[in-house]
Amino acid sequence: MGAESSPKIAIVDESPIRAAILEEGLREAGYTEVVRIGEMQSLLSRIYALDPDVIVIDLENPSRDILEQMFQVSRAVRRPIAMFVDQSDTASIQASVDAGVSAYIVDGLKKERLKPILDLCISRFNAFSRLQDELDRTKSALEDRKVIDRAKGILMKLKGLNEEEAYVLLRSTAMREKKKIGEIAQSILTASELLK
Amino acid sequence: MKETLQIGFIPLIDAAALLVAVDKGFTAAEGMDVTLVREVSWSNVRDKLNIGLFDAAHLLAPVAIASSLGLGHIKVPIVAPFNLGLNGNAITVSSALHAAIVSEIDGDPFDPTATAKALSRVVATRRTNGAEPLTFGMTFPFSTHNYQLRFWMAAGGVDPDEDVRLVVLPPPFMADSIAGGQIDGFCVGAPWNSIAVDRGVGRVLHFGSDIWQRAAEKVLAIRQSWCAKNPQIVAALVRAAHRAAEFIEQPQNRFEVARVLARPEYVGVDAELILRTLEGRLKISADGTVRESARYLVVGRQDAPRPDPVQAAWLYAQMVRWGQAEMSSEGLATARSVFRPDLYDRALGSEGRPTRAAHPVGAFAGPAFDPEDIAGHLASFPIGRQKPR
Repeated sequence: MGAESSPKIAIVDESPIRAAILEEGLREAGYTEVVRIGEMQSLLSRIYALDPDVIVIDLENPSRDILEQMFQVSRAVRRPIAMFVDQSDTASIQASVDAGVSAYIVDGLKKERLKPILDLCISRFNAFSRLQDELDRTKSALEDRKVIDRAKGILMKLKGLNEEEAYVLLRSTAMREKKKIGEIAQSILTASELLK
Repeated sequence: MKETLQIGFIPLIDAAALLVAVDKGFTAAEGMDVTLVREVSWSNVRDKLNIGLFDAAHLLAPVAIASSLGLGHIKVPIVAPFNLGLNGNAITVSSALHAAIVSEIDGDPFDPTATAKALSRVVATRRTNGAEPLTFGMTFPFSTHNYQLRFWMAAGGVDPDEDVRLVVLPPPFMADSIAGGQIDGFCVGAPWNSIAVDRGVGRVLHFGSDIWQRAAEKVLAIRQSWCAKNPQIVAALVRAAHRAAEFIEQPQNRFEVARVLARPEYVGVDAELILRTLEGRLKISADGTVRESARYLVVGRQDAPRPDPVQAAWLYAQMVRWGQAEMSSEGLATARSVFRPDLYDRALGSEGRPTRAAHPVGAFAGPAFDPEDIAGHLASFPIGRQKPR
C-alpha cells in the first residue's frame, strides 16, 4: 500500500443503518475503500478475504472477541493486527468506548493514519445514538397519540362529550394530577378494560 | 452514604457468586449500591474495567493476568481479591468427531490421555486422506478454555497450532457452529455445553476438571489503582461475594439460586439446566446419559474463593508454553501478584482461613507443577511454543 492511497476499511456492524451512516461519513471524508460486513458467520475468513487495513466494530457485537484472536500468532491468523491506540492515548479509548465503537489496525498501517478514521467513527456513532434516541421518543409519542385517541373515544361515549371537550378533560386532569396526558389516557383504558 | 458501584459480567453460571451477592442484598447489607451490567464480549469487560467505566468485573482469570502484563492490549494492573469459581468448563465434540475418537480409542473414553491419543490418530488419518484440519472453538485467547484444549490434545501428540485450527467464538455461537459444521468441537463454560447437548448437536467428551482437577476460572477483577484507594469497599465486596458463594453451595438454596440466575437480565437460560450445572450433573449426550462430578464447578467449597498465586503461576506457565508470554522472573512475579489472598484474608479474618495449606492443580499429564521452576516444568512437555530467551 502506498503512503497516499486510501486505506481499506472494514465495518463490522449488525446494524445496517448505522453501518451505512458510517460508510457515508468515511466516503465523504475521502476514504474510498470501505466495505461493510453485517453477517457474523465465518467473520475471520471474510476479513482475511477482504484483507483490510482497518477494522471498525461496534461494541454491542459479541464477535469482537473473534478479532482479539488476530493479536495471536497461530495457524489461524494470517496478518496480525494491533489495538487502535498507543499506551498513552487513553482518552481515545475512553471516547470510543463511550460511543460504542472500537477499531483495530492491521499490521503495516501507521497509527497516525488511524486517528482521523477513529475520530470520524466516534462522531458518527454518537450521531447515530442521538438519532436513535430521537426515534425512540417519536415512537413513544406516536404510541401516546394512539392511547389518547382511544381514551377520548371512551370519554365521548360514556360522558356524551365531543372530541374537543374529551381532550380538554384529559388535559386538565393531567395538569391537576401532575401526570402526563398519556398516563391519564392509559389509566382510562385500563379502567374501562376492568369494568367491561 | 452508600457506595455506588458498576460491575460488569458475562452471562455465565460462574458469575453466580457476584449475581447472587447483589440479588440477595448481600452487597446492600455491606453498604453498597451495585448496578450489574451485562456484557457481550470479554474485550468489552476488559476495556470498561481498564478505563474505569466498571469498578469491578467478572473476568477470565487469564485476562486479569494478561492485562497486568500488557499482553495483547494496553497494560493495566488488575488485582483479584476473590475467586468466583474453579473449573466449570467442558470439551464438547460433534457426533462425527466423537464416533471417530471412539473408533480409534485404546482405553477408557473418560480418560483424557486415551482420548487425546485417539484424537492424534484421527488427525493423522485425516491428513493422509487430504481432509481439512479439525477446527475447535474456544472463547478467548487468554482463557482456560484455550489452554485446556491445548493441554489435552498436546498430551496425545496433537500440536494445537500445526495439526488443528483453534478459533475464538463467542459462547452463544458454539452450538450453531458445531451444528453447521464450521467447527468440530469446542471448550466452553456453563451453560453452553449443556445447550449444545440438549439441542442434539454435540457430546460432552470431558469435563474441564478431567484436564486439570483444580483451575481458577473467573475472578472478581479490580484495577490495582482503585483497589489501593478503596480498601474498605474491596473488603466489603469480598465479604458479600463470600457470603453468596457459601449460600450457593447450600443444597437447600440451589433451587432458589437457579431461579435467580435463570432470569433474563442475568444468565437467561432454563432454571433446570442451571440447577443441574450447580449440582454437577450434566447430560453428556442426546440419549440422556448423565455424568456427575462434584468437581465440575466449584464456587464456595474447597477454599475455592480464596485466590491462590500458584494458580496464577500455572496460568502464566500456559501463556509461556503457547508463546503468548516470554518467560521471565518479573513476569512470573507480576502474574502471581494479581491473585491476592492477603486482601481476601483481611476482609474475612479467620472465617476465610484455608482448610489446607496447598491445593495442587492436578493436571492429567506431566509432572507435578513447581511454580518455582516453570522453565523446567515446561521442558517436560514435547509440544510447545516457548520463545527462546
